[in-house]
Amino acid sequence: MIKNIISPIEAEIIEKLTVGTRVLISGVIYTARDAAHQRLSQALDRGDKLPFDLKGQTLYYMGPSPAREGMIIGSAGSTTSSRMDIYTPRLIAAGIRAMIGKGNRSQQVREAIKKHKAVYLATIGGAGALLHKCIKQVEVIAYEDLGAEAILRLTVESFPAIVANDIYEEDLFEQGKAKYQRGRK
Amino acid sequence: MREIETSSITQAVARLCQEANFVLGEDVLAALKQAQQTEESPLGREVLSQLIENAQIAEEERLPLCQDCGTAIVFLEIGQEIHITGGDLCAAVEEGVRQGYIQGYLRKSVVSQPFSARKNTKDNTPPVIHTEIVPGDRLKITVMPKGSGAENMSRLAMLKPSDGRQGIIDLVVRTVDEAGGNPCPPLIIGLGIGATGEKAMLLAKKALLRKVAEPNPDPEIAELEKEILSRVNDLGIGPLGFGGRTTALAVHAEVMPTHIASLPVAVNLQCHSARHQETIL
Repeated sequence: MIKNIISPIEAEIIEKLTVGTRVLISGVIYTARDAAHQRLSQALDRGDKLPFDLKGQTLYYMGPSPAREGMIIGSAGSTTSSRMDIYTPRLIAAGIRAMIGKGNRSQQVREAIKKHKAVYLATIGGAGALLHKCIKQVEVIAYEDLGAEAILRLTVESFPAIVANDIYEEDLFEQGKAKYQRGRK
Repeated sequence: MREIETSSITQAVARLCQEANFVLGEDVLAALKQAQQTEESPLGREVLSQLIENAQIAEEERLPLCQDCGTAIVFLEIGQEIHITGGDLCAAVEEGVRQGYIQGYLRKSVVSQPFSARKNTKDNTPPVIHTEIVPGDRLKITVMPKGSGAENMSRLAMLKPSDGRQGIIDLVVRTVDEAGGNPCPPLIIGLGIGATGEKAMLLAKKALLRKVAEPNPDPEIAELEKEILSRVNDLGIGPLGFGGRTTALAVHAEVMPTHIASLPVAVNLQCHSARHQETIL
């Protein structure tokens, strides 16, 4: 079954998003990858004003390729989420409710997801041309000097993902692996 | 002596950077389609079909297959009877990368001062260039845009001679297992065995240029490739790590003699977006 969900995701929806649930996300999401995470984290350290209110928002770990003429964005698939793990518990505590990326997360991130009722959604890494089609609006909102690593506000329509870590401490990658692994470890 | 102008090299590199980023090789597509037939996980099969669809969209719309357009790795096989005219060969290659990444709207992902400022060079230069002098009067140029998701999960181990064949198998299985979904499986696993540390890494990278699933001509090495592939696919990691029987499409091993005290083994992982294009001048 595929669930249509709106981002920012309402708190009550989070508890229905269990590992393995397929979702199509529509609404607003913010891009942030390595360098933007570092800057957001430094801004939190200093108590500076953040470039956008994190409360309830969704982060997409993505740095696109440039838009050709007549397009609003280039290829737009996810980067590896685990590089953000060091910053993520802090950002979840500061209000981030959902993250979209590829690959598994650390124990600390999984604990923060449970504690603050958040969700981690995995998307198809490397399918940048396909995911490009789900992006309907793009606006640079911060750190433009970072080029592909700037924070963008994206309006997306039916962006496909799958719940990978939920508030019930389940993990898509562990479950999937256990089901299909064979023979000696 | 045959002369090749650097300007024609620049032009070829610029074109190859773009073709490699827009067009997935027939061999990779065939391997993905084959995996669709054998994958047991329904979600895994769906991921594979989306990767095939992604390749169609990329080629039709001249969009990068993946937003990570990689570090541009350029292999030059230079015939010893060629004379390169018109300036610095490496500068000509670098200019080709610059033009290719700008003209093709490819993502520029290279940063200078890697442990401090990490400032984007804005044109994806410098490329990583490997040159080799070979017999003949031709210049073969291969461009491989290498994404960092998979490159980051690569490794070099200086095994002991006593670790032997089993030590190699265990190392590769452990490397792939620890990487999980991060390097964007299904993978192509490049192995460099023997020689010295730096040469083993280069062998592993060059092994990735072989046609997918074409075995090493040496039957003993082909047997090792086959066994490792089977062991890796028994891990259950599957397409994008969501679980399944297709963790790798192929294992390509290249082997060289080594020192009596050594058994270097390099593992270079390649994501499903296995991009490379070549031309001969």
